[in-house]
Amino acid sequence: MYARIVGTGSYLPEQIVTNDDLAKRIETSDEWIASRTGIRQRHIAQPEQLTSDLALIAIERALESAGVAREEIDLLIVATTTPDNIFPSTACLLQERLGVHGFPAFDMQAVCAGFIYALATANAMIKSGAAQCAVIVGAEKLSNLINWEDRATCVLFGDGAGAVVLKASDEPGILHTQLHADGRYSGILKAEGRVTQGAIDGSPWIYMEGNAVFKFAVRALADVAEQTLAAAGLAKSDIDWLVPHQANLRIIEATAKHLHLPMEQVIVTVDKHGNTSAASIPLALDEGVKSGRIRPGQTLLLEGIGGGFAWGSVLLKY
Amino acid sequence: MENIEQRVKKIVAEQLGVPETDVKTESSFVNDLGADSLDTVELVMALEEEFECEIPDEEAEKITTVQQAIDYVSAHLAK
Repeated sequence: MYARIVGTGSYLPEQIVTNDDLAKRIETSDEWIASRTGIRQRHIAQPEQLTSDLALIAIERALESAGVAREEIDLLIVATTTPDNIFPSTACLLQERLGVHGFPAFDMQAVCAGFIYALATANAMIKSGAAQCAVIVGAEKLSNLINWEDRATCVLFGDGAGAVVLKASDEPGILHTQLHADGRYSGILKAEGRVTQGAIDGSPWIYMEGNAVFKFAVRALADVAEQTLAAAGLAKSDIDWLVPHQANLRIIEATAKHLHLPMEQVIVTVDKHGNTSAASIPLALDEGVKSGRIRPGQTLLLEGIGGGFAWGSVLLKY
Repeated sequence: MENIEQRVKKIVAEQLGVPETDVKTESSFVNDLGADSLDTVELVMALEEEFECEIPDEEAEKITTVQQAIDYVSAHLAK
């Protein structure tokens, strides 16, 4: 029994903010941002648009591409760092908006690794027989946490959502999942504010030690790729597409180099989307599928890493 | 067997994409060889791999020239 991706969908808010737009507000430039991150623009949600609004559209598109009716869903996992409310979970809010209910629905918080964590969890639930038809959505309104005065971080992030429909299948789908976390590195990437007694205690903005994050990410992503391939009994050359978390083009390039993959076999969206945290991998996957590059039967390596630190990978037959 | 200086210079040239002849012992990664902050992180990672050592972040920040990299590696390997 496998869990197999049978549909993908995504949504990006209409408003595009380019590097040149940012350069009018803070001291930066398109050249500075692009050479260090590969980012040229990002999508930013309207103030009234919430994470669930972005997620709902991505889910509807994924269901449509899968040809699956919403009544068939028996598991919903939302990977997000920016839930609509403290509670209830964004997954429960989405159940209400989808008009289907009764099945388990919950949020998963592993920041930029959230989609990988959610996909691994859904895979385990399907393989154990606890679910037959799961919807996994990575959705973020990261602009809520962006300090537009901080030029080191505000250029990096964007909003968006991406979803997949997973079904139990005899045909190969997800081959192996690998999750890791190392809480000793919790301090180098964080937004530590908390709501206490009606006020926000601590900084509500994203804080990042860029160089330390870069170094940790490059090493961890190389290691997890090796572990995943070894566990599945596959070689680097068996990978048709690398679909990495889209944080920084230079981290993606380092990962591809380690895997001996030309950049032509890597789905890159960071230039257009920026870092959309838990949404970036399903957004990239959907772009790869809809553009006709990712085709049925191909072997995909999905990799994500984020604050925590939490990271992991999913190797699958599409 | 190449000596430490030659190995360091080779890595610097590879990582920063500059001809090896441009890499002098006194060259500064940022000022002379056009490195940005992420290049210097990648350079330190490449040195760690080549010489099988770990360079702590607070030490890595002090390595800004080819000579400093050679000195660090020499001191570390001598131990």
